Amino acid sequence: MNQDRRSFLGQTGKLLILTASAAVAWEHILAGRPEDAPNYTATDHWWGMAIDIEKCIGCGTCVRACKAENDVPHEDYMFRTWVERYVVDPADLDHPQVDSRNGGYDGFHEREVLDTRLKMFFVPKLCNHCAHSPCVQVCPVGATFESPDGVVLVDKTYCLGCRYCVQACPYGCRFIDPRTETVDKCSLCYHRITKGLTTACCETCPTGARTLADLKDPKDPIHAFLRDHKVQVLKPQMATGSKMYYNGLDGSVR
Amino acid sequence: MPGVEGFIYPNELELQWSVLIVLYPFITGLVAGAFILASLERVFNVEAVKPTYRLALLTALAFLLVAPLPLQLHLGHPERSLEMYLTPHTQSAMAMFGFVYLWYLMVVLVLEIWLDYRKDIVLKWRASTGVTKLVYGAMALWSDNISESALKLDDRIGRALTVIGIPSAFLLHGYVGFIFGSIKANPWWSTPLMPIVFLFSAIVSGIACILLLYFVTCWYRKVPVDMPCVDTIAKYLYYAFLVDFSLEMLDLIHRLYESDESFRALDFMVKTRLFTSQIVLQILLGTVVPLAILGVVQLVRFRHEVRRVLYVLAGSLTLMGIFAMRWNVVIGGQLFSKSFLGYTSYKMAFATKEGLLPAIVLMILPFVILWVLIRLLPPWGHEAGSARSHARG
Repeated sequence: MNQDRRSFLGQTGKLLILTASAAVAWEHILAGRPEDAPNYTATDHWWGMAIDIEKCIGCGTCVRACKAENDVPHEDYMFRTWVERYVVDPADLDHPQVDSRNGGYDGFHEREVLDTRLKMFFVPKLCNHCAHSPCVQVCPVGATFESPDGVVLVDKTYCLGCRYCVQACPYGCRFIDPRTETVDKCSLCYHRITKGLTTACCETCPTGARTLADLKDPKDPIHAFLRDHKVQVLKPQMATGSKMYYNGLDGSVR
Repeated sequence: MPGVEGFIYPNELELQWSVLIVLYPFITGLVAGAFILASLERVFNVEAVKPTYRLALLTALAFLLVAPLPLQLHLGHPERSLEMYLTPHTQSAMAMFGFVYLWYLMVVLVLEIWLDYRKDIVLKWRASTGVTKLVYGAMALWSDNISESALKLDDRIGRALTVIGIPSAFLLHGYVGFIFGSIKANPWWSTPLMPIVFLFSAIVSGIACILLLYFVTCWYRKVPVDMPCVDTIAKYLYYAFLVDFSLEMLDLIHRLYESDESFRALDFMVKTRLFTSQIVLQILLGTVVPLAILGVVQLVRFRHEVRRVLYVLAGSLTLMGIFAMRWNVVIGGQLFSKSFLGYTSYKMAFATKEGLLPAIVLMILPFVILWVLIRLLPPWGHEAGSARSHARG
């Protein structure tokens, strides 16, 4: 390769600058604390997520990305996000057949549905980041709290490990991390979203079935999504103020 | 997955609350029940139960001292439990436990026992020597005023304390019921009846426990059983049990009739995984049989020996039934998925932090404490209740 001194210096300079920027960005991502995001004002945001069931193909990439990004234990009963597969007879919504082998981490084996009356779809699940969280209400020391930008977080240095919040969550989103003996759950990748990034699950979803949404941002596509679709939240009777908005949510989904 | 039937949310495989959390409402229930039995004599002047007054108070104290231990053992970070006092989250039902507990322990129980025993303590302080003298001196707070007017004052304060103590006992156990009853995510727990069911089952278990303990202490001391006393206790046990059973049946009938979205899951659970503990142990052997025994004793005057055997049988079955009830609430409430589409199972370990062994130790511990308390402050003998009889003149 022909390279003069001028272009060599130029390329080396670019490499050095880019590496330094990447290092700074990486440091911020690793830090995961709002104070490390000096340009982020929590009260300017109100986070939620748009989930389009018709786009989910059950590949499990979100589950894998979440486990990797957030250092979630690899046990098959500990998930910050997981995917469920529903097979439903539309005439019998009370008895859906549901499976979620390893939380959908490995994707789903093909399932042949011979009965043409049945419908099959996937439902990604995660913490609903409720505006009136039952888990926050019951925590005896306030280790679980709602941040000003609408994210339900856990202070692991304060959690007693009493597990009352696990009992109080209607959606089964919490588990005890055996390494810390404290509760763990989806943080909506708080360390990422406060840096202007999206969550790991949204980032990696190949079909765009999940989209992080800032309800306080008037330019956010969430407003069009909510306006243009028939949108539902999980278990609306629980009145938790869930901010996970599902398009195409079937009545059989629990 | 092993032990799983149907579909459960992935995070639901592990049960969160173990046998230790079953012990917690069981033990606090015994405290509240024993105290309410004691207050029958003190406030409502039911003289017949006087032989059990002090025994009931000491039993309540022994169990109350053990009550927080299963919770502490259960916590992932017991060293942080003090935060519940220092930075409590006031919206949390659980955060109030520490305050309700301390109020009940220090203000109600310890003070009432101290006032009732003060004359005995001072007399023992005067009569003893060496270390024993030091112990009783400390217990008397180095105040030996047992003049008539001082004892009269003790009696007045003690009476007022019992009056405060009854709603406090109701608060203590009604509150434990609220911890479960207020969880809207769990239909097995979420009912406004939960605190009141817990309260009456607490009264039932406390009375049954004191009845049995009284028999044991009489047998140990080789003194005859005071039959009017046990007859009266059995009568109160019967009445309290009737209310408790009615409330539980009301809850059951209400669920059956309403048959809401959770009904099929709960119905299936009761008929399969909880059948032995709920239908057989709690309802049939633990409630219907003792209620029948106690009912028949009210109608037919059996001989003393027969009545004693029947009371011991009814009391033992009652305690087993109430324990089964706590089990069915705590463990049963975690066996079904909140998706109502599946079930998990509870595998109790043995020699682990939350296994059967610590549970057994925690159930034996209150009796050891009671034995020490009885040695320190004998609840019987001619001195018993003398402070008040003296004060009443």
